[in-house]
Amino acid sequence: MIELRINGESKSVDVPSDMPLLWVLRDVLGLTGTKFGCGIAQCGACTVHVNGDAVRSCVLPVGSIGERSITTIEAVGATAPGAAVQKAWLDLEVVQCGYCQSGQIMSASALLRTMPHPNDADIDAAMAGNICRCGTYARIREAIKKAAQAG
Amino acid sequence: MTNTAIGRPKSGVDPRLTRRAFLGAGLGVGGALLVGFHVPAAGAAAAGKGPFAPNAFIRIDRNGAITLIMPQVEMGQGVYTSVAMILAEELDAAFEQVTLEHAPPNDKLYGNPVFGIQVTGNSNSIRAFWMPLRKAAAQARDLLVQAASRVWKVDPSGIRTESSTAIHEASGKRLAYAALIDHVDGLTPSKNPPLKDPKDFKLIGKPLKRLDTPDKVVGKAVYGIDVMPPGVKFATIAACPVFGGKVGKVDDSKAKTVPGVRQVLVLDEFVAVVGDHMWAAKQGLGALDITWNEGSNAAISSADVWKQARAASEQEGAVAKIVGDAAKALTQGEVHEAVYELPFLAHATMEPLNCTVHVTPTSCEVWVGIQVLSRAQAVAAKVTGLPLDKVTVHNHLIGGGFGRRLETDFVEKAVLVAKQVDGPVKVVWTREEDIQHDIYRPVYLDRLSASVADGRIVGWKHRITGSSIIARWLPPAFQKGIDIDAIDCAADVPYDIANLRVEYVRAEPPAVPTGFWRGVGPNNNVFAIESFIDELARKSQKDPVAFRRDLLGNAPRLKAALDVAAEKAGWGSPLPPRTGRGVAVQTAFGSFIATVAQVHVDERGGVRVQRIISAVDTGIVVNPDTVIAQLQGGLVFGVTAALYGKIDIENGRVRQSNFHDYRMLRINEMPQIEVHLIKSGEAPGGIGETGTTAAPPALANALFAATGIRLRRLPVDREVLSGRRPA
Repeated sequence: MIELRINGESKSVDVPSDMPLLWVLRDVLGLTGTKFGCGIAQCGACTVHVNGDAVRSCVLPVGSIGERSITTIEAVGATAPGAAVQKAWLDLEVVQCGYCQSGQIMSASALLRTMPHPNDADIDAAMAGNICRCGTYARIREAIKKAAQAG
Repeated sequence: MTNTAIGRPKSGVDPRLTRRAFLGAGLGVGGALLVGFHVPAAGAAAAGKGPFAPNAFIRIDRNGAITLIMPQVEMGQGVYTSVAMILAEELDAAFEQVTLEHAPPNDKLYGNPVFGIQVTGNSNSIRAFWMPLRKAAAQARDLLVQAASRVWKVDPSGIRTESSTAIHEASGKRLAYAALIDHVDGLTPSKNPPLKDPKDFKLIGKPLKRLDTPDKVVGKAVYGIDVMPPGVKFATIAACPVFGGKVGKVDDSKAKTVPGVRQVLVLDEFVAVVGDHMWAAKQGLGALDITWNEGSNAAISSADVWKQARAASEQEGAVAKIVGDAAKALTQGEVHEAVYELPFLAHATMEPLNCTVHVTPTSCEVWVGIQVLSRAQAVAAKVTGLPLDKVTVHNHLIGGGFGRRLETDFVEKAVLVAKQVDGPVKVVWTREEDIQHDIYRPVYLDRLSASVADGRIVGWKHRITGSSIIARWLPPAFQKGIDIDAIDCAADVPYDIANLRVEYVRAEPPAVPTGFWRGVGPNNNVFAIESFIDELARKSQKDPVAFRRDLLGNAPRLKAALDVAAEKAGWGSPLPPRTGRGVAVQTAFGSFIATVAQVHVDERGGVRVQRIISAVDTGIVVNPDTVIAQLQGGLVFGVTAALYGKIDIENGRVRQSNFHDYRMLRINEMPQIEVHLIKSGEAPGGIGETGTTAAPPALANALFAATGIRLRRLPVDREVLSGRRPA
């Protein structure tokens, strides 16, 4: 059994230790807000926070996490940057199909945690790992700036 | 509006609804698509204690809930909101009382009036349902007014409606719609109830917040891939890497030792591993030792595909359009010729293909996100051998369609797997499988020739060579050798040309399956035509905007859009070295769009798209912010394809496999995008695909302006742009 701390709760899961966190979240715990996109850390759809940092859960072996705390899209709204980002996303109507947006929001909120007032280059650096096939990037950038102002 | 129904479709729509013939549509003769849509003449009022369901789209319950039975699926284009707005507008329903329910599979009731079957595609949700839904809602409203007139014993002309309430102005009496539904028995709706004058629209034209967004920002939205029926198992599949190949021998001894693997299924054309979770299925698949029977396509490469397409393009094609005498006109003036080529493309929707199925001896239940719901049901019935009414299909939010989910191959494969699994199974494709077993945007080759005299085009010949998707996907529409999609925007070129001939050569590529891809036929034709027009302008030593303007006398809406785009882009103002602007115009999907792209090219051929300005006249706009968002996103989709999009075939298989080698535009490469909406009172046009069509030619023309190098093939070749390799 592997013990995990997810969204403030303790969970025990009986899975192989090399199993990526993504599939534990989705297929074992039913936390389907975190999305599968590529499986090789190229698209960012699976982004979660581990101790507040943005991490691609599709390549993170669940056995390597230890006692570090995991936050997913379902609970990121309980953090100040997460709530500000979600609100900005709604205010600026960022979302189209929405499939990548869990990952976008997780990357953006991790950015604001360590860098409350990012400039364009900071946003590029933090967000370039997140693909949006619908092409919502311009609104993502604006929403991050708006969330930063709100913070 | 509450959106509890969104993403959680309910099945079991009142079966009485399905008995009411609501619309009839079909293909007309001559390959033209015929719009036919009939609201039933007879009043279909609620009987007993049932809800009020005057037609297949509307249900009003006694608790006041107004349900739109939603014929179109949400894949990011905002239809859940915009279609609901249309309905609420004519019904005078309180928008917050309207909930959505996915329509069940039923072509008769919910078929797209343009296709005759349930299709969300061709950028036509608003165009196709604009009048039918308004009419349906107006008839429902008319019945409710009649009911109020009956209750109050007053003339209906003194009754107005607002916010789901009938109001008798003279007496001040008010009754909610919910209170009126017991009084509609025996009433006959007016055949042609008056529709609102657009100046009285209260919802249409307002930038309303999308109803599907709140769930999407908190991870609660349910896409097909998120469905978890109790006891569900997980499977992933591998088809023969070579197109058309089959499974030979499979050694599953190692796979069966992978923790969590439950079953290994060897089918004719693919293998599947079923497990307790996707990881087990994926690990199990990787542990299989498979020998494929690669079949006859194992030696095919992109070079063969192009060789064949080029040879085909030398033949005369089926004639799509003739005006005047192009052959004669092409002997006069200065003749210019060019050939343009576009590659295979994968869709790469962010949500990988998936489908969840539960087969029992007497039933089949399918959970999926799909653009063709009734076809999903039909294919599941075929594979299981069950009658249609034993197959339930639940449609879901789609994490990107772009045409990929106009196909049912992934449903078919999932049902084949589910037939051998006890209980429900979710079949999820890996990204590699998704890229390598797509149904690809075909390669196209366009031969254009034109003669120009005094800045006018005298003669024009355009021969389009490519796969016919229509012939496979909607066979009755393929007539006299013409694919109506492949010639879209070419046969009806917006320019004033006295002598014109447009031909189509159907050339199916060897081995590679082809399908619709966002922007469809217009993508190819607008790229070829707008690149060629640019070449003609340059040859004539005319400014590309002025050259186009002079030829758009018969297209005033497009000309107006061109003027707006040119002005907003600062057309003609000086730019730094190796920086250029390019323009492209199009009348596609019923919308008139002009686009100016500005690019910078560095010495090594690196391209930076700096700015894109689009001006669009799309008629009456239902939800302006959605229209702007679709343009913004569509332009990014088109820029991505132009800069990076290419699927190569080597040894009968696809070379690319994931986002590292099938690249997407990322935020750090994002141009500044401006969209200008032109006010219009015309009927709504389509918008979802227009930006995708607009961007590549504007970009190619800008690259020429920046470098003097004309790219006639996409994607952009940096070797050519740097001068290291000739064009």
